[in-house]
Amino acid sequence: MPEGALEIDRISKRYGDVVALDEMSLTVRSGEMLGFVGSNGAGKTTTMRIALGVLAADSGEVRYDDAPVDRTIRSRIGYMPEERGLYPKMKVLDQLQYLGELHGMERAEANRAANRWTERLELSERRDDQLQKLSLGNQQRVQLAAALIHDPAVLILDEPFSGLDPVAVEVMSTVLGEMRDRGVPVVFSSHQLELVQRLCDRVGIVRRGRMIADGTVEELRSSGPVRLNVHAPKAPDDWAEGLPGVKVESHQNGHTTLRLDEQADDQQVLRAALDTGPVHEFSRTRPSLTELFREAVTEEPDE
Amino acid sequence: MKRTLHTVWLVARRELRTRVQTRAFVLGTLFMALLVLAFPVVTLFAGASNAPEDELSASDSTTRLGITQSANGLADPLERKAGVDRPAISVRKVADTETGKNLVREGELDGVVAGTPTAPELFVERHVFPHLERALTTITYNNQLDAEMSRSGLDPEAVRDRAGRGEVAIVSMGESQGAADGPMAGISDAEKAQRLIIAMISTFLLYMFLIMTGQMISQGVVEEKSSRVVEVLLSTIRSTELMAGKIVGIGLTGLIQFAVIGVLGFTAATATAVLTLPTFTVAGLLGWAVLWFLLGFTLYATMLAAASSLVSRQEDLQSVITPVIMLLIVPFFVGVSVLPTNPDGTTGTVLSMIPGFSPMLMPMRLALGGVPLWQGALSVVLSLVASAAVLWLGGRIYSNAVLRTGARVRLKDALRAS
Repeated sequence: MPEGALEIDRISKRYGDVVALDEMSLTVRSGEMLGFVGSNGAGKTTTMRIALGVLAADSGEVRYDDAPVDRTIRSRIGYMPEERGLYPKMKVLDQLQYLGELHGMERAEANRAANRWTERLELSERRDDQLQKLSLGNQQRVQLAAALIHDPAVLILDEPFSGLDPVAVEVMSTVLGEMRDRGVPVVFSSHQLELVQRLCDRVGIVRRGRMIADGTVEELRSSGPVRLNVHAPKAPDDWAEGLPGVKVESHQNGHTTLRLDEQADDQQVLRAALDTGPVHEFSRTRPSLTELFREAVTEEPDE
Repeated sequence: MKRTLHTVWLVARRELRTRVQTRAFVLGTLFMALLVLAFPVVTLFAGASNAPEDELSASDSTTRLGITQSANGLADPLERKAGVDRPAISVRKVADTETGKNLVREGELDGVVAGTPTAPELFVERHVFPHLERALTTITYNNQLDAEMSRSGLDPEAVRDRAGRGEVAIVSMGESQGAADGPMAGISDAEKAQRLIIAMISTFLLYMFLIMTGQMISQGVVEEKSSRVVEVLLSTIRSTELMAGKIVGIGLTGLIQFAVIGVLGFTAATATAVLTLPTFTVAGLLGWAVLWFLLGFTLYATMLAAASSLVSRQEDLQSVITPVIMLLIVPFFVGVSVLPTNPDGTTGTVLSMIPGFSPMLMPMRLALGGVPLWQGALSVVLSLVASAAVLWLGGRIYSNAVLRTGARVRLKDALRAS
C-alpha cells in the first residue's frame, strides 16, 4: 500500500530567455487527487515532465515519501503524456507487457498485469490486435492501461480526459478514484473544469510557471469574491452605488448582481435594498471553479 | 549497471522480435539468399563455357601423365609436388614421345613429359593444366640450380641446407597457418582471382547491410518520435539505454541476416567448386567480415540515430541522414575503385586504417590477403576509439533532441542544451 506524498518543491526551468517554471511547488498526499489547471503554456506539462525525470529542472527538487525522486522511484510512477503515443504496429498485449517489463516487472508478472488491465478496461477482444487498428477511444484505454500496468505508487496524468467519449470518461474517473482510494497520490491536468471540480479533492491553479492558488475546491470557492443576487423591483438603477466594497455587475428589471470584496458588509447592502421597497430575493452565490479559474488566469494580464 | 543492461536487452529484444517477424525481413532474406545462391551457379555455367579446366578438374581430379625414359628423373618430384589441394598427378612410363602423344590423343593420358630433367617438354592436347606447368617449372628450376651449383664445385645439398636456414615469417591475417603456406607471390592467379571476387562481394554485402540497418535505425528513431511513444519510454528508462538497445537490437537483426547469407553464399560457392580456397581461409574471411560489420555498424548506427533524433517526421529524415550516408558511400566507391588494382598501395593502406573508411576498405584488403597484423589491429583500435567518441557525442545529441517534437532541431542546440 503506497503511503508517501509527492512533493514538487520550488522547481524552476527556463528555455533561453523564456521562463517556463518559476519556483513551482505542489504537494499531492497519499490518497488525494489533485487537479492541475491553467491555460495553455502555463507550465503544467513541463512540471509533470520534470516530476517524471523526462526533463531536468534548473533548480528545485521533486520528492516522494520525503526522499528525492530517483530512478527506482521513477519506475514506480504511472505516467500518461499529453501527446499520446505507443507503438502503432505493436499488439496491445505485447505492448503493455513490454512497458511492464521496462518498469522492472518480471515477464510473467507483466503478462498477468497486461491481461488483467485489458480485461478491466474492456479490451480483452483486442489484445492481439495492432494498436493502430483500434478506435481512438480504445487507444486511449490502452494508454491508461500503459500508465497502470506496473501498479504505480504515484499517478501523473497529463490531460487524461481529453478526447475521451463520455463512457470512457466514466471508466477513467472510476479507475482513478480506485487508485486514489488505495492511497496512491493522483495528479492530473485538465481543461475540463467541471470534471476537476467533481473528481478532485484539491485543485492547483497555475499561471506563468507559478502556482497561484492551491486548495480544496471549497477553500478556493470561499476565498473568491462573493456575489449577491438581489431582486428589488422598485429599486432605481443606481441604488447600490456608493456602498463600500460593492461593485454592480448588472442591473436589469429590478434584478441586480453585485460583487462584494472583503470589506463589504452584506447586511448594509440588504438595508439599502429594503430602503428602495420590497425585496423578493437576496441570495449569496459562490463562484464556480470555472469562474475562479477565469479570474485567476486573467487577473493582471501584463505583469 | 545490471538494471541498465537488462533494460538495454529488453529494448534490443523488442527491436529484434518486431523486425525479424515482419514480412519484409523474411522476404528480403529469401531474396538475397537466392541472389547469393544464384551467383556461383551462374559463374559455374559461365566458367564452363569458356574455361574447360573446370570440366576436367571437376570430373577428373587426377592428372594422368606419361613420362619418357629421358625425363624419368622428373617422375618422383612431380608426384611429390602434387599438393593436397591441387589435382593429384599420376605418372606412368611411356616407351617414347610418339607413343605418349598417341595415348594423349586417345584420351588415355592428359599429357606427356619428354626432354630432360633440366629441359623438359610437355605435350598436351590443350594447355589447361596450370598446376602442371607450375610444378614442372619449379622442378626444372631446382634441377638447373643443382646442376649449376655442382658445376661451380658446390654441394647442392649443403647449399640448400644453409639457404633453408634463412626464414621468412609470413603471418597471413585471419587465416590459420594452413592457408598461409606461402607469401603473396606464391598465391596462384586463380586464388588471387577468387580472393578478389570474395573481397568485392563481401565489401558489397557489408555496404548493403550497413545501408539497410542504418535505414532501420533512422526509421525506428523517427517512428518513436512521431508516434510520441518515446515520452512514455523515457519516463521509465534513460535515453542512452533506449538508443543503445535500439542499436544492439537492429545490429543483431542485421547480423543474423548477414550470417545466413554469408554462410549460405560461401557454402554454395564451395559446393559448386567455384570457390576452391580452403575452408578455414573462407571461415576466416567470413569472421573478419562479421567483425567489420559490427565495427562499422556501431559507428554508422550511432551517427544515424543521433542525426535522426533531430527530426520528428519521416519526410524530414532524408535531409539529416544524407551527410552520414555519404560517409558510407564515399569510402565504398573509393574502396572499390582504388583497392583491387593496388591493394598494398599507400593510398589504400592509409585509408584502410582511417575510421569511416576502414569498415569498407580493411575487409577488402583482408580478403585480398597479405595485410600485416599491426595494420589490421591498428584499424580495429582506431575504429573502436572513433566509435566511443561518436557514442558519447551521439548519445548527447539523441538525449537532447529526442523529446523535442515539431520542427527540426538544430545540431548546435542539441549539443548545447541539457
